[in-house]
Amino acid sequence: MMKKLYYTGRSILLAAITICIVSCRKDDLVLPSTPVQVNPWEKVTGDIYGFFLLNEGNMGSNKASLDYYDYATGIYHRNIFAERNPSEIKDLGDVGNDVQIYGNKLYAVINCSNYLEVMDVNTAKHITKIPIPNCRYVAFKDGFAYVSAYAGPVEISENARIGYVAKIDTTRLVVVDECIVGYQPEEMAVVGDKLYVANSGGYRVPNYDRTVSVIDLNTFTETKKIDVAINLHRIQPDNYGNLYVSSRGDYYNIESKTFIIDTHTDKVTNTLHLLPNSNMALCRDSLYVYSNEWNYNTKGWSVSYAIVDTRLQKTVTRNFIKDGTDKQIKVPYGIAVNPNTGEFFVTDAKDYVSPGTLHCFGPDGVRKWSVTTGDIPAHIVFTRRRLQPINN
Amino acid sequence: MVFCKRQGFQVKSYKLFILSLITFPLLVSAQNQDSSARTDTTKVYSLPEVTVYARRTEIIPAQTLSEEQLNKLSVLSVADALRYFSGIQIKDYGGVGGLKTVNIRSMGSQHVGLFFDGLQIGNAQNGTVDLGKFSLDNMEALSVYNGQKSDMLQPAKDYASASAVYMTTRKPVFAGGRKNNLTLKAKTGSFDLANASVLWEERLSENLSLSTNAGFIYTSGRYKFRYRKNGGYDTTEVRRNGDVTSLRAEAALFGKIQRGEWQSKAYFYHSERGYPGAAVKKDYGISLLNEDRQKDRNFFVQSSLRKNFSSLYSLKLQAKYANDYMRYIMPPESTLEPVDNRYRQQEIYLTAANLFSIAYWWSAALACDLQWNHLDADGTDMFNANFVQPRRVTALSAAATSMHIQRLKLQGSLLYTFVKDKSARNMAVAPDKNVFTPTVIASYKLFPKVDLDLRTFYKKIFRTPTFNDLYYVQIGNRMLRPEYATQYNIGFAYNKRFGKGVLNNLGIQADAYYNKVTDKIIATPTSNQLVWTMINLGYVEIKGIDVGFTQDFKFKELSVNMRLNYTYQTARDLTPEKNNGGNGGTDHTINLFGHQIPYIPYHSGSAVINMAYRSWDMNYSFIYTGERWMLGGNIPENYIQPWYTHDMSVTKNFTFKTTSLKVTAEINNIFNQQYEVVKWYPMPGTNFKINLTFTI
Repeated sequence: MMKKLYYTGRSILLAAITICIVSCRKDDLVLPSTPVQVNPWEKVTGDIYGFFLLNEGNMGSNKASLDYYDYATGIYHRNIFAERNPSEIKDLGDVGNDVQIYGNKLYAVINCSNYLEVMDVNTAKHITKIPIPNCRYVAFKDGFAYVSAYAGPVEISENARIGYVAKIDTTRLVVVDECIVGYQPEEMAVVGDKLYVANSGGYRVPNYDRTVSVIDLNTFTETKKIDVAINLHRIQPDNYGNLYVSSRGDYYNIESKTFIIDTHTDKVTNTLHLLPNSNMALCRDSLYVYSNEWNYNTKGWSVSYAIVDTRLQKTVTRNFIKDGTDKQIKVPYGIAVNPNTGEFFVTDAKDYVSPGTLHCFGPDGVRKWSVTTGDIPAHIVFTRRRLQPINN
Repeated sequence: MVFCKRQGFQVKSYKLFILSLITFPLLVSAQNQDSSARTDTTKVYSLPEVTVYARRTEIIPAQTLSEEQLNKLSVLSVADALRYFSGIQIKDYGGVGGLKTVNIRSMGSQHVGLFFDGLQIGNAQNGTVDLGKFSLDNMEALSVYNGQKSDMLQPAKDYASASAVYMTTRKPVFAGGRKNNLTLKAKTGSFDLANASVLWEERLSENLSLSTNAGFIYTSGRYKFRYRKNGGYDTTEVRRNGDVTSLRAEAALFGKIQRGEWQSKAYFYHSERGYPGAAVKKDYGISLLNEDRQKDRNFFVQSSLRKNFSSLYSLKLQAKYANDYMRYIMPPESTLEPVDNRYRQQEIYLTAANLFSIAYWWSAALACDLQWNHLDADGTDMFNANFVQPRRVTALSAAATSMHIQRLKLQGSLLYTFVKDKSARNMAVAPDKNVFTPTVIASYKLFPKVDLDLRTFYKKIFRTPTFNDLYYVQIGNRMLRPEYATQYNIGFAYNKRFGKGVLNNLGIQADAYYNKVTDKIIATPTSNQLVWTMINLGYVEIKGIDVGFTQDFKFKELSVNMRLNYTYQTARDLTPEKNNGGNGGTDHTINLFGHQIPYIPYHSGSAVINMAYRSWDMNYSFIYTGERWMLGGNIPENYIQPWYTHDMSVTKNFTFKTTSLKVTAEINNIFNQQYEVVKWYPMPGTNFKINLTFTI
């Protein structure tokens, strides 16, 4: 009995050690993308071949990731960046905040990794990285990219940094100039020769910024500041020279609203009090708006969806999702409308730390398909060049 | 006293059991005096006998590491040592300075009670205590209890957590009529480690002794780490801003009175450290390097008095005052949102435990605790304007009864908890809580002459939401309900001592358990990445098996000791909201319902072999943690590789007449494994240490 136990004990120990030295770790491979056939019944043609979706990934998780949807095959490719760029250290990085296409290049703004990723739009292969501290959004005009960034110089009196916009030459891919704007600048819009920047001041609570900076692109200097409302975020031009600007409010007593600026006069001409606004997308004269508003007083969320007719500057419908799918969406986070077909997309960020969901709706507001994305699916850009190579 | 001489655990009379229960601490010190009176102290295993005693007084014994075992493991802090217990997961945020928290049987770190010399170390602010702060310099024993310590003469607090870690510091022992002891220790090694400590013990009189202890640690916390993908990127970086400087000083008085004893202790700790942060993709060529700093100052005084007034009645009184200061700084040059928050916590705690030994087979206990917590903080204007400055009164009362009927031992207890919060600024606070929670523990010795016990327990307990959960500016939610943990455990322990032959001692224990955590408090985002709040949402079911195995051998002058621990656990997230009802048709989403919760491996374990030959001592230890997933479901994107480290140390003892010198050389993570315990918090590769211990 005694000897038996002794030998059993010894062999268990030896076995445990041997097994673990030899074979416990798998090879740490580059993660391949996951293709999911989501739309086998429809072959969409036209000059839009697909779209890229940038997942933000929760802060500190290094999980920014890129997905691609291919209209020709109806296949959704989840997480395509790593396999196409295996030698890019730690993949795309921490918090993807914007994705846009200009010319032959695909630009992704990686907020907490402090850089602008530049890729070939045909292959999603890395071209270069441009470091910009705490960069947020990107806009383009005449061969230059403009990136809004929180981290301008430290203002000693306020103990907070004022923001700036970096100007990047899209052929040489270097920063050529910088222009100071307001605090914590967010989205930008180009109208004519002017760049409009929504300043939030979100890090200066309760002293939010409340202005839109106007930059003359010929001189690249801030020419004026338009006083709008606190905690501005989104800015969207329509086809009539107006800008729709969203204010997030203060999450306590001041509610989220939408403001309209006339770019001819650079004045606020209209306030849509009953249009809380987290994000918007324009398709011809229809502005799709959703809002996900949190209130500390009531400890509650209120989610709403609306379409504004930009000719009338009036809300024409209070829910563009017609089949009840909106009840499944916990945290609407991204919105996009395909300008050719009128089909639209709404993403759900859920609890921010799990993979989100992308819902595709027909122009009639009825869901066509849904698919799992990366964490915090947020930013969508349609492409007029089909991604190559694409394995089915 | 006579009965405890060598084999105190063989005492047959139940009455003496109860007596030994009451006089347990005295027996321990007597035992130590007895054993350390021998000349060659290195070969005396005084603590196993203490543990044996503990097994007899408590219905379910603890897992315990003695001072001697702790010294042999190459560990610097309590957190490192706890990795050798079964059922335990340590969350380690990288390196020497990083935060380290303990999670027992997957119920979450806030369900673990931490007791330092019999009194709980609390943190009303966030409910977690950084175990990396506690040095092993002066530690006599480290024990882990699942459920609760099934002692009888104990405060109500000891009934009030789902599981508990007990840290017991050394009590003075004076060998051979000595009047004082002096021990000097020094350590140095990788990460620019410099650690020095001094222990001075003085016998003031027959019934009074003094112990003072001080230690200093500095480390730069710098080490290289590597991230490599097969066929992909390969990068080597240096962990920065991980430095720690800490100073600790303790003084204690130990007194004996007629049929009892008392103890008083003062503790001071000061540290300054950097938080290295997540090693995510960063361009280090530009600004915004992580430079977060934390300063801590902890101070407490505590006293206890125990007296058995008659064979019928014993009393234990304890009191504590703690004063903690913490400052967290994010300097303006490293961030967009500079932070300079200061937190001041105070705690007053009083407890009285009464034990009534009604009959030789039956005892009853009543313990009442009163605790007062106070948190002040200041930071940004926004923070100051909205911070409620919470005050909390907690009253705990526990009634317990214990029966020994032949080979059956039973204990039942009922804990009543009352929590009342107030705001110093008259702002709205959480409603009062009145909660009753029961525990039942039983063990049965199967055969009269074989040391084989079956044991089982049921326990329901909750954790009160912390001040941060309830009141943290913007994030807190004062309407939170308590988070409950319910545990069922069944297992056995077998122990055999052999009088002669090679095999000296053999122990096997195994437990199977089922835990439920309901109304789990989790953080959830609101409208954007910057704004979160706390809600009661999660529901987790945990099923697991812990197995422990020990063997001691003796071949002439060589003695070998082996310990194996293994844990298998499933901890499934069954939060109804996670269930998307499965997919089909046009829905191609992944269902995360029922996935293993983050950072809990299915398999984990450790193996330790210790060999002693004359004045030499060798220790080899191996720790294994299996595959896990980070937050967000068990999908390939969240997969974390298993990690396993091999550590080794060699010690040589030099003894002179009344002094001794011990030299230890350690090599840790021998195979230089690059691993993470928490995703993007890389751990150190191979590292070295040299320890010197000089005793006069």
